[in-house]
Amino acid sequence: MNPVLKPVVLAATLALLAAPAMAQPAAAAVPGKAATAQAGTTAATVAKHYAHLVQASYDDTLASTLNLQKAVQALIDAPSDEGLKAARKAWLDAREFYGQTEAFRFYGGPIDDKNGPEGRINAWPMDESYVDYVKDAPNAGIINNRKVTISKKQLSSLNERNGEENIATGWHAIEFLLWGQDLSTTGPGNRSFEDFVDGKKPNADRRRQYLKVVTELLVDDLRTLTKAWAPTATSYRAKFERGGMESVRKIFVGLGSLSRGELAGERLEVALASQDQEDEHSCFSDNTHRDVVNNAKGIQNAWLGQYKRADGTTLAGPSLRDLVNDKNPALAERTSKQIAASVAAAEGIQAPFDREIVGAKDAPGRLRVQKTIDSLVQQSKDLVESANAAGITKLTLVKP
Amino acid sequence: MFRAASSKLFTRGLRVALACAGVAGLVFWIFAGPAAQAGAAPDDEKTGGETTVFATGQNAFSFPFANLPDEERTRFVIGNSFFKRNWVQAPSSTTARDGLGPHFIARSCGGCHVQDGRGAPPDFTRGLSDQPVGLLLRLSIPGKDAHGGPKPDPVYGDQFSNFAVLDVKPEGQISLRYDTVRGKFADGTPYQLQKPRYGFSKLNYGPMAKDVMVSPRIAPQMAGVGLLEAIPDAEILRNAREQAASGGPVRGMVNQVWDAPSQQMRTGRFGWKANVATLAHQTAGAFLGDMGITSPTFPDETCTAAQKDCLAAPRGAKGKAPEIDEKTFGDVVFYETTLAPAARRNPKDAQVLQGQKLFAQAQCAACHRPSYVTGESPFPRLGSKAVQGQTIWPYTDLLLHDMGEGLADGRPDFLANGHQWRTPPLWGIGLVPDVNGHNRLLHDGRARGALEAVLWHDGEAKASKDKVLQMNAQERAALVKFLESL
Repeated sequence: MNPVLKPVVLAATLALLAAPAMAQPAAAAVPGKAATAQAGTTAATVAKHYAHLVQASYDDTLASTLNLQKAVQALIDAPSDEGLKAARKAWLDAREFYGQTEAFRFYGGPIDDKNGPEGRINAWPMDESYVDYVKDAPNAGIINNRKVTISKKQLSSLNERNGEENIATGWHAIEFLLWGQDLSTTGPGNRSFEDFVDGKKPNADRRRQYLKVVTELLVDDLRTLTKAWAPTATSYRAKFERGGMESVRKIFVGLGSLSRGELAGERLEVALASQDQEDEHSCFSDNTHRDVVNNAKGIQNAWLGQYKRADGTTLAGPSLRDLVNDKNPALAERTSKQIAASVAAAEGIQAPFDREIVGAKDAPGRLRVQKTIDSLVQQSKDLVESANAAGITKLTLVKP
Repeated sequence: MFRAASSKLFTRGLRVALACAGVAGLVFWIFAGPAAQAGAAPDDEKTGGETTVFATGQNAFSFPFANLPDEERTRFVIGNSFFKRNWVQAPSSTTARDGLGPHFIARSCGGCHVQDGRGAPPDFTRGLSDQPVGLLLRLSIPGKDAHGGPKPDPVYGDQFSNFAVLDVKPEGQISLRYDTVRGKFADGTPYQLQKPRYGFSKLNYGPMAKDVMVSPRIAPQMAGVGLLEAIPDAEILRNAREQAASGGPVRGMVNQVWDAPSQQMRTGRFGWKANVATLAHQTAGAFLGDMGITSPTFPDETCTAAQKDCLAAPRGAKGKAPEIDEKTFGDVVFYETTLAPAARRNPKDAQVLQGQKLFAQAQCAACHRPSYVTGESPFPRLGSKAVQGQTIWPYTDLLLHDMGEGLADGRPDFLANGHQWRTPPLWGIGLVPDVNGHNRLLHDGRARGALEAVLWHDGEAKASKDKVLQMNAQERAALVKFLESL
C-alpha cells in the first residue's frame, strides 16, 4: 500500500523540498544529488506527521484557551472595563489557534465523529436571544430564565436543541457574552462590564455563572481533543497512524470540505449573497476576517506539513504535498501556489467583515471576498486532483 | 466450515428468489451482489451513483452531491442557510426571516431535521416540559377535502401545533406513554418493544372533534431525497404491477395525491404514507404547517375560524407578500434535492455479506427494492441535472403496504388506508447515530434500532418478519449489520 519510491522520484521530491519555488523541479532534478536527506514519503510517514501537527495545534489552542479562562475568572471575580477588555483579547488570541484546527474536521475524526464536540465548540450562526437579552427583548434567553439551572450538563443538553441556531455553548456563546450584540456599523458589539455587576443589570449573577460554565465546557472539550491526538497506545491517534492510505484520504476530505463547502460556501458565499451581518462567523467581535485567514492557514498547514507554534518554533515533516509530488510534481506545485494564494486573498479581506460584504457587485470589499472565494474554489479542485493523483477517489467531491 | 454454511444458505436463498419470479427484478439485484462478486458485481457501495459522498460522522448527511457542478454549489449553501436559520416572530428587524407562526412546531427546517438528519420522539420521562419538535401529530376527521386528501379538524386543523408566538396561545400540549409489547424469537430469546400512546392536554381552543383521527410522523433524514424524487413514476407503477402478479401477500399500492405546486394529481412518494408527490409540495407544506411560514404555494396561514388570536397576529414581510419569497423557497428546495447520500460502510465485510443474503432470503427486498436508475426531477428549475441517470440504492418500492394492526394509525391519507404505510428507504439508517445520536426508526420513532423496526412488521410483511423470528442470534446480528451498512 505504501508506494516504494524509485530513486529518480525520490530525488525529485527532495529537490522540491529544498527549492519549493522552482517551477519545474522534476526536470531539473539530478538522481542521487540529495542522497543525504530523509527517506521517502509514504502514507505512513504522512499520517504520522499529520497526527503530530494536529496534536501541536490542539495543544496550542488549549493553552491559549486556559489563558482565556484565567481572564474570564478575573472578570467574574471583579467585573471591570479592563477585565472585560483583557478577556476579549484572550478570546481573540485563542481563536487564532482554534481557527487553524478546523482543517481537521469533516472526516468523522475526534472533533466530529458521532460523539465529537464540534457542535458544542463552534456552532454558528447563533440566535443570541436563546442565551441572553437582546435589543427589544430584555427578558430573553436562558440567563434571564431563573428556572433553568446553569450547569455544564444542562447547557450541553440545551445546545442546538430544537434548532441548529439554538446555540448555548462554545466560542460564539462566549463571544456574545463578552461583546454583546453588534449594533454598530463601524465596530464590534459593546457590552458593558456592568452586565456582570449585581444591581446594575438583572440576572448579573447568572450571566457570570453562564460565562464561567461555558468557558469550562470549552476547556473540557479541547482537553478531550488533545487526549484523542496524544501519542498513547489507545488514543485515536494510534489508530490513525496505522491507517495508511485511509488516513491520507481523511486528511484530503478534511481539506477539500473546509475549502469549498464550509469556508468558500457557508462562511463567505452565504454572507456575500445575503449581505447580512448575521451570516458572518464571528459577528459579535467583528473577528470574521481573522477566522477566514486562520481557516485558510489551517489548510495550508496540513497540506505542507508545516505549523508555526505559539512559541514561535515551526514544525515540519512529510506531507500531502510530498506525496503528490512523487506522482505529479507540477500538480503539487500548482496546488501549493493556489493554497498560498487563498491565504493571501484572505489576508486582504478588511475588517469589519459586515461592512466588507455590503454594496454593489463591484464594491471593493465584495471583490476582495469574491477573490478569496474564487481562490478557495480553485484550490478545492486542485485538492481533488491531487488526491486522485495519490490514488484516492473516495471523497466528498468528484473530479471536477 | 463457514464457507460451506454460507454457500448452502445462498443456494436456498436463490431458490426462493427464483420461485418468486414476479419480483425477480427486485430480488435478483440482491443476489447479483454475492453471485457476481468475482466479475460484474453492481457497485452498491456508491448508494447514490456519482452523487455519492464518502462521509461519516456528524456531517454525513450534509454534503452536496459529489458531482454537483461548481456554479450550483453556491445555490446549495444559500439554501442551506435558510434551511437551518431560525425564523422569528413578526414584526422584526430581520425582514428576510420574519413571519414565524402564529402557531408552529419548529423555528427552522433544521429544528426537526437536525444536521439534515432524523428526529426522535421526545424524552417524556421528565414530564410535559419537553414538547416534541421532530415528531408531529397529523389530525383529521372522517371525510375528504376538495382534492381527496384528509379533512382537517374544524378547530385544530390538519396538524397539532404545540408552540405559538407571543400573545397567541399554542394549541395545547402532547403527551406520550409507552406500553410494553413482549415477544420471543424461535430460539427462546425474549424481546420487548414499546408501543406509544398519545394524548392531548391543555387544549386552548376547546375540544377536538369527537371522531378526530391522529397520526404521528417523525422527521426523516434528508440525504438522497432528490434522487428519490427522480425515480420515474413508471418504476413505482411497475413495482405495484409485479407485486400483484406474484400472487403473494405483498401487494403494494400506489398513492395518488394532490400536488399544489403543479396543481395536479401525481404519484405519491414522500411522507410516511406517500401522501406527497414532490419536494416542493412537501417543503411548502412544512414551512406552513410546521413553522407558520407562508409561501407562494400556500399563501394563507393555517389559523382556523375559532382561533381568533391566531387570525389577529401580525404577519411577516409586513403582510404584503408570502413570508418566504419564491427565489428563497426555490433555493431551499434546491438544497434539499442535492443533499448527497453517503456511501455504504464496509460493504464487503463477511458479516455484512451474510446479512445481505439473509435480507434476500427473508424476502425483504420484495418491498425494500434495492436499486433504480434515476430520471429527471419534476421541476427542473428546483433541481440539478446532476440527479439524472444515476444508479441508486435506496431500498424502497415507494408503495403503500398494509403493515398490520400494531403499526396502524387508523387515519386515511388520500388512497392510503389506516393500516397502510409507505415502504421507507433504508439508505442512511446506519448513519443516524453518527449524525443525530440516536437510532429511533419507523414513522413515530418507536423502534430502538433496526431489529425492533423489523419486529414491528406485520400484515403484508408478516412472512418476512416470521423468517427473522426463526433466525439465531448470529444471523440476526448479521442482518442488522447489513442494514446498518446501508
